[in-house]
Amino acid sequence: MKKLLLGNEAAARGLYEAGVKVVSSYPGTPSTEITENAAKYDEIYCEWAPNEKVATEVAFGASLRGVRSACAMKHVGLNVAADPLFTLSYTGVNGGMVIFVADDPAMHSSQNEQDSRHYAIAAKVPMLEPSDAAETKEFVKAAFELSEKFDTPVIVRMCTRIAHSQSAVELCDREERELPAYEKNPQKYIMAPANAIRRHPFVEERTQKLRELAETSPLNRVELGGTETGIICSGTCYQYVKEVFGDSVSVMKLGIVNPLPVQSIKDFAASVDKLYVIEELDGIIESHLKNIGVDCVGKEMFSPLGEYSQTTIRAAFGLPQPESVSTDTPVPVRPPVMCAGCPHRGLFYTLSKHKITCLGDIGCYTLGSAAPLNALDSTLCMGASVSGLHGFNKAGGRDSESKTVCVIGDSTFMHSGMTGLVNIAYNGSNSTVIILDNSITGMTGHQQNPTTGYNIKGEPALAVDLEALCRAVGIERVRVVDPYNLKECEEAILEELETDAPSVIISRRPCMLLKYVKPQSPVKVNEDKCVGCRQCMKLGCPAISMKGKKAHIDFTQCVGCDVCTQLCRLGAIEKEGR
Amino acid sequence: METKNVMIVGVGGQGSLLASKLLGKLLVNEGYDVKVSEVHGMSQRGGSVVTYVRFGDRVYSPIIAEGEADLIVSFEKIEAARYASSLKKGGKIIVNSQQIDPMPVITGAAEYPEGVLDELRAKGVFIDELDALSVATQAGNAKSVNIVLMARVAKYFDIAYDKWVAAIKESVKPQFVEVNLKAFELGYNL
Repeated sequence: MKKLLLGNEAAARGLYEAGVKVVSSYPGTPSTEITENAAKYDEIYCEWAPNEKVATEVAFGASLRGVRSACAMKHVGLNVAADPLFTLSYTGVNGGMVIFVADDPAMHSSQNEQDSRHYAIAAKVPMLEPSDAAETKEFVKAAFELSEKFDTPVIVRMCTRIAHSQSAVELCDREERELPAYEKNPQKYIMAPANAIRRHPFVEERTQKLRELAETSPLNRVELGGTETGIICSGTCYQYVKEVFGDSVSVMKLGIVNPLPVQSIKDFAASVDKLYVIEELDGIIESHLKNIGVDCVGKEMFSPLGEYSQTTIRAAFGLPQPESVSTDTPVPVRPPVMCAGCPHRGLFYTLSKHKITCLGDIGCYTLGSAAPLNALDSTLCMGASVSGLHGFNKAGGRDSESKTVCVIGDSTFMHSGMTGLVNIAYNGSNSTVIILDNSITGMTGHQQNPTTGYNIKGEPALAVDLEALCRAVGIERVRVVDPYNLKECEEAILEELETDAPSVIISRRPCMLLKYVKPQSPVKVNEDKCVGCRQCMKLGCPAISMKGKKAHIDFTQCVGCDVCTQLCRLGAIEKEGR
Repeated sequence: METKNVMIVGVGGQGSLLASKLLGKLLVNEGYDVKVSEVHGMSQRGGSVVTYVRFGDRVYSPIIAEGEADLIVSFEKIEAARYASSLKKGGKIIVNSQQIDPMPVITGAAEYPEGVLDELRAKGVFIDELDALSVATQAGNAKSVNIVLMARVAKYFDIAYDKWVAAIKESVKPQFVEVNLKAFELGYNL
């Protein structure tokens, strides 16, 4: 049976068919749906871990116990998981283990566009890269075969256009696997120097063997189309090449992007007059070619920035582009915004009003950086707000401490904010940390986390007590505010900034988009009272706009959070029917 | 058959993703090779969203590039204009006459370009404009705008009515089938 599946759904199907037993991940666009869909199969134990390092180590543990396991993350998640990855390369696996990493060229939903292939090279583990959903499923199964045959974790590299594109996939049955008896093997799994030093030569030999495999593996293939032009590519670039050239050029499509073959590339190069390498982001295949003495054209013709398309390739080869129309009238940009009723808004308004410096973090609340709130001063990576605030305050002293806060979401705090808070307590800065607890991992589309009280399947689970946790690491001043209550927010923030002690303010209110949160009746503007002062416009609420000289509230968007009514000095914003 | 390209554009939260899934399922049921490309995450929060649906004998790229779209289905007026450069010469635009102010308009940093669709018409672009929100509301759920627009798309496709109905039943949650079939019927007979 053929079914239209997202690349990520196909990856999950691959896990199912390969008999995988354990999947642990942290959500991150564009990788999230791999684990969400794997969780729909009762045969697979799935979980959301607090971060990618934990997830990778859970998958390692399951592999050690002898079952097939996997973890999935976005490209920057692999930075977090890099520590276990590099030594997993030495230990190898017992049950097959696959690490999915999803790159995001063009940064549709990311803070950088790093190329994950560097990790495969640096950690000396094989990496496969599929070019559509059907191939994703097959590559996942092949990855487990490779993992067990060569005693190595295998990375499957996705990118936004593979992860979030649907195409037809043929479904197969699951291969059930017995749980083997556990056998202790300290020389292989205890990576103390004496053992690790013996594993390193194994890693080097393994890479050589995998390189030999790459010479003949059907995962790499050549499609002949004349001797004039040859193109080496992988993943989504293969699709763009075929879109533009069809069968009129020869194509070497690499499914194994690490390690890269030598002889078959030389043979392919010798069979064509001119050779091009087309790869998004960094020139990794190109560097390999140049290292092995194969002349090619690559990054001098193609940018290391953003994602490609058929347009990119036509432009590079000087081919005609299709005709198009455009408007002379400029169309205003439509950036993503915090939703109407977003609990973060009231808090950000307060920070903005008092011109408080605010180190931000990764999540929906990064949107607080946009006009008109302009509430953030920095966003680096998961957890950096808390540790960064400590450094900022150590540098700036009491003056900084009284004017600076950080904001971090509940999920991000669990991910890597906690350790920064321990540092604040231990090394003593009078920092004010604000945890924006909206009871969900928001930006990636509502995944549960250790604070929400539910697991990945929506079943009740233990909920980490944030207040108790903050107190336990040594923060004595922990208070909870309702971000819909502007006065309460303002008092708490100003008081904690003034106090000579580290403190945590938990701004608690569930995300408005959660199904169990019932919207209140919308508010509306009493046009007789409204003088058009635009005070309510400072909230950046998408439901509020100016119609002529009066404020107007879109009833279809308004959820009655009442934050704007607290701002209006004239009482011109009223509850319907009040 | 040459690959056909449909772009579905709108504002995050309007339900354009479901529309693209519905169209994808329908076209797979019809026996085409299909690719549907979406972008999740950040843009969903009220940002401009675009999905690509491509179908034919053999579809390679998941992306529809400039000048390649046979049809653009826009859930909001200026989103149609934003992506107009993707339209193929002689391509068509179906647009919902709803206006949703983007943040720069709300803050007063930019004006909502009221006449932008007329400008496209003046340039010879075929634009089929309808008030899908009213039809959806009439059907009983304002969120069915996506299905009303798909009913309009059905007018430009040579695929039987009951095939659309089957694809809707496959795509929406059981509790919403009835209201969406009503929305489809009203939209189709508009």
